[in-house]
Amino acid sequence: MRSRRCGNRWGNERRSVTHRQKRSNAVMNEETKQTKKARKLSPKRREQNRREFLRSAALATGMVGASLAGLLPLAGGANARLRPPGALKDPLNEQQLFAACIKCGQCVQVCPVEAIKLAELGDGVGIGVPYIDARQQACDFSCDGLQCVLACPTGALTHELNYPADSRMGFARLSRPGACLAVKGEGFQGPARGPDYHGLLRYDEVDRWNPIPVSEYPYDLELCDLCMRQCPIEIRISQCEAGKPPSGDSNQCPPKRAISLQPLEGGVPGAKVPVVEEGCVGCGVCEMICPVTPAAIVIDIDKVAGS
Amino acid sequence: MGYFVTSIKQLLGLKPDRPGRSEQSPRVRVIFEEKRKTRLDPERLREVEEAHAHTRDRHKWRNRRWATLILVNLLFVVSYYFDVQLVEGAMTASRVVGFHFADLNSALQVMLAFKHVVLNLVIGTVTVFILWWLLGGRTFCSWVCPYHLLAEAAEALHLRLARRGWARDYAFHRGVRAVFYAIFILLALVTGYTVYETISPTGIVSRAIIYGVGGAMGWVAALLLFEVFVSRRAWCRYVCPIGVTYGLVGSISPLRVQYDVKSCHHEGECRKVCLVPHVLDVTIRERATERTTDIAADCTRCGLCVDICPTDSLKFVYKGLDRML
Repeated sequence: MRSRRCGNRWGNERRSVTHRQKRSNAVMNEETKQTKKARKLSPKRREQNRREFLRSAALATGMVGASLAGLLPLAGGANARLRPPGALKDPLNEQQLFAACIKCGQCVQVCPVEAIKLAELGDGVGIGVPYIDARQQACDFSCDGLQCVLACPTGALTHELNYPADSRMGFARLSRPGACLAVKGEGFQGPARGPDYHGLLRYDEVDRWNPIPVSEYPYDLELCDLCMRQCPIEIRISQCEAGKPPSGDSNQCPPKRAISLQPLEGGVPGAKVPVVEEGCVGCGVCEMICPVTPAAIVIDIDKVAGS
Repeated sequence: MGYFVTSIKQLLGLKPDRPGRSEQSPRVRVIFEEKRKTRLDPERLREVEEAHAHTRDRHKWRNRRWATLILVNLLFVVSYYFDVQLVEGAMTASRVVGFHFADLNSALQVMLAFKHVVLNLVIGTVTVFILWWLLGGRTFCSWVCPYHLLAEAAEALHLRLARRGWARDYAFHRGVRAVFYAIFILLALVTGYTVYETISPTGIVSRAIIYGVGGAMGWVAALLLFEVFVSRRAWCRYVCPIGVTYGLVGSISPLRVQYDVKSCHHEGECRKVCLVPHVLDVTIRERATERTTDIAADCTRCGLCVDICPTDSLKFVYKGLDRML
């Protein structure tokens, strides 16, 4: 009783409607407690309890429903994307990756070309999981040491991977041969993606340690071979052939070629066709650098070398 | 043991104990007897409160807490933008000057969904467990969680609107949070996906601060609107499993808020500002059974009650340490 009196006495106008209500609930509760032996709730109190229960059930249903809605994008693989090297997945089954990823973005922070982004709410349970939009900025392995893999605290990017050539992100495909400049026998002059493109690549001959904007590196090619020329695997192969493997580590030398330009029979004289080889890791640099729009060569994420 | 049991009960959403007079210790009985004889008149109490409202310490803990919360979250941002590598990652997992840290609830979800634990995650989880065991468990909520700060702003707005009758505060059964906790554990285990992370405002806000705002902030905005117009602090009070995880840690933590019944006027200001007012039910007249009571682990150690108490009846204590000093 005392506390009830107390409540009324200090119940000044600062208290909100809801507070007053709550207080009166508390008071009532106290009263019922005092006649607790009878164990009978007043009809009003019982009605309040019933409403509280229904509200709570509605809240539970709503929240669990909202979180389960996160599973919807999985249907039809709507949230399947190009993932960073070492991502735990079978080509289209990303369950392991989504489960293991703690959505912290440490991989994002260490990437020297800022290729990695975190998925948004539209990806449902894939929210916060890293992905790469190759056309915008591909992984060119310019960190050499697979920094994102090393940064991952949960093994969602598996540490079993040591060298760029070990990764299996996807597989390149010449999707629009008719648009390919090499197939048309054409050359290319100027910055590959135009002057306003923000993507970065590492050009060893410019700066071994820092990637530079692609827009600052104009090309002058008799026959466009950008996809092969900029392929990180192909670059490593030629370095190794020249006796200068990256970081002086011959383990960095890729065992298989990733892409080659083959003569095109029946085409324009001098025309060649890019052929994706077994060593392709699906990093996406070819898709990124391809000067035609949309790109003539793209990465398929449902396929990897050896599959 | 009593503290642990009380804490677990409250985390499960059970009503706090309502001990009768017979359970009061003789000493407390004397204190209440004394209080009955010398009732403080309202005018005098108002004076005490007024005087306290103008002291320098009125917002001491709140200011310290806000400063800490903002600093910690800023450290993430600064580390990324200026590449100083102090706190890399986000609230869910990070590297603090190179040492692995993993949010306990996120780590739990990952372990349950992935069913495989790498050493780095174990290191990060144990480190963070020890950290919050030393610091009070749900201290994480009020001192670090970025959503908490947004929710505090929404709460201020809610109180303002509620005073005018423009917003309601529908209460839910607190047990629903324990139900959520069980459901999210089961969902991670059964589906193999970290289902909770999809709607976790802590993760979403933390990533938004560090990596840029995206559509997921729409969900957070919806939650905040719900808290402003429908139910005060609904997420933290009735839903968040992160709070439960850290509450469990707090139930064995030595850092607590302690209540001293002797000087208390039982006017209930502390319960009005509290995020989890049920933990302060002991401050209701005649409820205390001992001279001092440690506030149970659902308490986020935010210090709002310590700040507002005009008689210093609530204060931070560190079990074991205060006796040593």
